[in-house]
Amino acid sequence: MSLTFDITCRLAGTFSLEARSAISPGITIVFGRSGSGKTTLLRAIAGLAPAQGRITAGDRVLLDSASHHVLPPQQRRVGFVFQQLALFPHLTARANIEYGLANMPVDARTSRVNAIAQSFGIAHLLDRKPPAISGGERQRVALARALVTDPDVLLLDEPLSALDHATQSHIIADLRRWNETHAIPVLYVTHAHREAFSLGERVIVLDNGRVVADGVPHEVLESPSQEPVARLAGFENLFDATVTALHHEAGTMECRIGGTACVIEVPYGEVPSGAEVRLAIRAGDILVGTVLPQGLSARNILPGTIQSLRREGARVVAIVDAGGVFEVHLTPGATSSLALSPGRAVWLVIKTHSFRRVST
Amino acid sequence: MDWPAILLSIRLAAIVSATLLVVSLPLAYWLAFSRWRGKFLVEAVVALPLVLPPTVLGFYVLVAIGSRSPIGAWWTALTGHPLAFTFEALVLASILYSLPFAVQPITAAFSLIDRDLMAASSVLGASRLTTFRRIVLPLARNGILSAAVLSFAHTIGEFGVVLMVGGNLPGVTRTVSISIYDSVQSFNMTAAHQTALLLLGFSFAMLAIVYALLQKPWLVPHK
Repeated sequence: MSLTFDITCRLAGTFSLEARSAISPGITIVFGRSGSGKTTLLRAIAGLAPAQGRITAGDRVLLDSASHHVLPPQQRRVGFVFQQLALFPHLTARANIEYGLANMPVDARTSRVNAIAQSFGIAHLLDRKPPAISGGERQRVALARALVTDPDVLLLDEPLSALDHATQSHIIADLRRWNETHAIPVLYVTHAHREAFSLGERVIVLDNGRVVADGVPHEVLESPSQEPVARLAGFENLFDATVTALHHEAGTMECRIGGTACVIEVPYGEVPSGAEVRLAIRAGDILVGTVLPQGLSARNILPGTIQSLRREGARVVAIVDAGGVFEVHLTPGATSSLALSPGRAVWLVIKTHSFRRVST
Repeated sequence: MDWPAILLSIRLAAIVSATLLVVSLPLAYWLAFSRWRGKFLVEAVVALPLVLPPTVLGFYVLVAIGSRSPIGAWWTALTGHPLAFTFEALVLASILYSLPFAVQPITAAFSLIDRDLMAASSVLGASRLTTFRRIVLPLARNGILSAAVLSFAHTIGEFGVVLMVGGNLPGVTRTVSISIYDSVQSFNMTAAHQTALLLLGFSFAMLAIVYALLQKPWLVPHK
């Protein structure tokens, strides 16, 4: 079973989604910031949002605008787990899970619900209503409700984003185990990098209603080739720079950050000297020293001044002027042991291969 | 105490609120979920009885059911007697008069239902009617309960419309509020006191029941 789509959705205003892809069995992450069209894509596949184009699941055609064929959501055989789960609050967990099996004889229905409840570890709470069930267990009920109908495709709209990491991976492990026997395509929408990196075999990156990258998570997100992907993948620093020297044999080149005298060494690229390039680097890949570091392998050691420091949860975001303005992430412990404060002179240490070249 | 008038009022109110539930469920569903731009016009028409003087509403109903109107003529042909100044005329007028009291609470309750619940129901294969029966109705039950009680109580208390459309025929169109008015007009203050006190107690009890049911956690289906 595989899912293919080639669709356009126009929503109110100027937003439009244009996406085409073929999704094989297994978990595919749909990654993008909010408003990028992730949810719209899922809703269009499920038949909950109007779309033009063609969608197929296996040999079943769910949508074919050319022949005016539009299956209603009731007939698409799609499992959907909503962001807020959408469990029916007035029905018990059992009645929620049974809901999609209305046409099945009572005995068959009951044994099927019992079996899936067993495999998702929720058998003990089948008689409770959703408001009386804890967060992680509610997610399991929602997943069981979607899967008990044996859908051809499973669509998950950020269902686990509110959970801690351990619970998340448990649920994903249960889902993988279920899918070993069913082998259906699963689209998992998220805007969190960590989920995008760790949960799926493949990632599709959406930005502003377009697919901007598609591939294996580590390749797509570790070396993003396009700026929107770099931003999503956590490359906080993006610079325009001019190539000033090429060192083919060393595998490096020198670039001057636009409008500054700051020259840095970055990985070699197939560009001529004098070319304009766009460079990206993660704020977490930059080291800060208060004295000039010596005997390091890192090739970029830039003098700079701290402009500001602010605490964001468990990390400190420092803005450092080193010719170019860099965002640097530190731990609160490092910040206090180095006695960092605005105005303090520091050295930034950056490995050559921490820089990525992206296109805009 | 004018028991025939009291019983007549209760019978009228029961018929009216039952009919209104049947009429209001589809109307409220449409008002809550339709995306038609001209919907506000229908909303305004439904709310009209809230602001219109009862005599104005009663006057137009009287004109509409008079023997010279198509409705009145059709009724006379069907039943052999005119519609005006009958119990049936009271029912018709009361339905119009109490319409917003039934439609508005139900519409509000429908509007509060999370659309994702309805989407989830469709994705799980339920038809629109099944979704309505199994999801929308149970989740809107407080609104439906309010609608039933409010339209019942409002019908019990009406005066102007009844007087215009039904007149004051004992056992046919003389409701409890007309009876009180009659007692006062004939200086029978004892009778007026008795009936008025009964109506006051009844209205308070009805509202107290509604508010109690609405705040009871065991009736509220979800947080």
